[in-house]
Amino acid sequence: MIWMTLLLVVLVLAALWASMTTALLRAALGLALTSALLAVVMFSMGATLAAVMELSVCAGLISVVLVSVTSLTERRPLKEALANRRSRLRRYWPLPFVLIAVGVALSFVHAPVEIALRVPAGDGDVRTVLWSLRQLDLFGQILILLAGVFGVLVLFRKEATHDD
Amino acid sequence: MSHLLLLVPFLAVVFLNLLPKRARGAALWVSFGVLGLEAAAAFVERFSSIDSSAFAWLESVFGFRLAADHLSGLAMLCAGLVGMVALLVARRTLKDAGEKFFFANLVLVALVGINGIAMVRDFFSLYVFVEVTAIATFILITANRNAASRNAASRSAASRGNEVFEGAWKYIILSVIASVLMLTSIGFFLLSAGDVTFDAVKSTLGAPGSLTWVALALFLCGLFVKGGLVPFHGWLADAYTAAPAPVSVFMAGIVTKASGIFALLRIVSSTMGSALPGREILLVVGALTIVVGAFLALGQSNMKRMLAYSSVSQMGYIVLALGGDLRLGILAAGLHFFNHAISKSQLFANAAAIEEQLGTLNMDEMGGLGARMPVTAGTTAVATLSIAGLPPLAGFWSKLLIVLALWNAKEYGFAVVAILASLVTLAYFLSLQRRVFFGKTHPKWTHVHEAAPGLLVPVVALALITIALGIGFPFVLRVLLGGGA
Repeated sequence: MIWMTLLLVVLVLAALWASMTTALLRAALGLALTSALLAVVMFSMGATLAAVMELSVCAGLISVVLVSVTSLTERRPLKEALANRRSRLRRYWPLPFVLIAVGVALSFVHAPVEIALRVPAGDGDVRTVLWSLRQLDLFGQILILLAGVFGVLVLFRKEATHDD
Repeated sequence: MSHLLLLVPFLAVVFLNLLPKRARGAALWVSFGVLGLEAAAAFVERFSSIDSSAFAWLESVFGFRLAADHLSGLAMLCAGLVGMVALLVARRTLKDAGEKFFFANLVLVALVGINGIAMVRDFFSLYVFVEVTAIATFILITANRNAASRNAASRSAASRGNEVFEGAWKYIILSVIASVLMLTSIGFFLLSAGDVTFDAVKSTLGAPGSLTWVALALFLCGLFVKGGLVPFHGWLADAYTAAPAPVSVFMAGIVTKASGIFALLRIVSSTMGSALPGREILLVVGALTIVVGAFLALGQSNMKRMLAYSSVSQMGYIVLALGGDLRLGILAAGLHFFNHAISKSQLFANAAAIEEQLGTLNMDEMGGLGARMPVTAGTTAVATLSIAGLPPLAGFWSKLLIVLALWNAKEYGFAVVAILASLVTLAYFLSLQRRVFFGKTHPKWTHVHEAAPGLLVPVVALALITIALGIGFPFVLRVLLGGGA
């Protein structure tokens, strides 16, 4: 229980870091860390299939973020970036506390409708999930990463040409 | 054997990147060959079967759960034909050898994504392959933004660059929102059905108050965003207009259709059946998309923007068909999917030819080009009249089947909307034809001449397909119904 609470706290901190940092590369790393920690939480709760899917999505979304970062943005002046961070902190600092309060409040509310929840098939063994159940998705993730590599190659090549 | 449809394009990408730099000029032709094989494979009966002893070893190495059927064949045929046209347009309009090389690679990556969408049988894999296609397309839009700036003769490069930025940005942001919706729904599917396969989801849809309906609605909303359906159509016109010519052809011809509309077609045919709540959603969204898209197209001066909004409207027809009589509706939707893929790639290729000659796509500055570009004008007329649903062209038959599917399902009001909106389609396309090709040639365009053969060959081929399919439709319909489409 203590480990789980600790994991959740680190997860929230990583998510906050991802959304509050001014450097886009650090934001992407924060997102990766958040996703990886969430996958660990899912693994430890026995939801192997969901954890594998979370990691898969993480790879996909990180690619998207990296590609969009490299292609569509340019560096902000440091002064402007710091001012922007201060402004965001002023506006959004209560948000994590509100979210935590809502979570705690909801944990005391009993759902009015009973929904029959099912355990996903094949859940439990990560090897079965990765190599038997979701092999096609792994192939898809390889393609997403390949597309991401092309993105970086093409866009850096463009920037270099542009700079010349 | 279905595995080959994923592995061949993937291995072609690996092969292209192992080529020495001096041989990379062949990349477009290698991709062209793979896409040609793809189009041909759509007619090979063995791809319709999951089991094929000659390729059993592939299935033992790759444990992919794939199933190619007649619907998959439709997507493969469209992807092959549209991809080949896009590559021919790229050969002519992209000036830099490196740009051509990366275009060829990314088209192949997107092709694997499209083939995956066509053959998967579960929601999570569907999501993964929709993302593969989306990311490859996003890079295609942005990768050539400097080229777009260079090619824009009539506007400042900075302004053109900003347009590309805006188009690509809207596309990626809305794409991510769609992903969030789809992932949330996958979580709900796991909770309610215990699995994400189409069969498992279908088996739980009948239960009253099932969470699966909420999940399905979220997934459909994600696909509506990807397919540019109203009210999620905001990104589509900007992305199509901002993209370089070959990317517009590829996106409008197959990418948006495969990742939004084909996925919808697959889900409806595999899970929803004639369950009423699903049908009502499709009817309302379809009708709204047809009408809003048509009226937005009517007010455009930029040729690509008009074509983009026309695409929105025609996607609405496909969705509307799915809300009608199930069997006839799926057949009509599939046929309109094919017809629109062919005609819209033809129109975007013609727009590329006009932009190459004039340096602008502003229709208010055009006029009288028919005398100078007769083949472009003729093929544009074939494509526009087919999309508007005029007999005996292919578009007439698919629209007729859509109306019949709605009539059989006793959805008379929606059938009337479909017919009346066709008149609006005819109105904006006649306006396009008049403003661009009819009348006296503006003195500014006396130097203009017919497009290069490299651009004419694909559009003439597509126009011939449209005419032949229209004239030979009774035969095609007999084959399709016999094949149990």
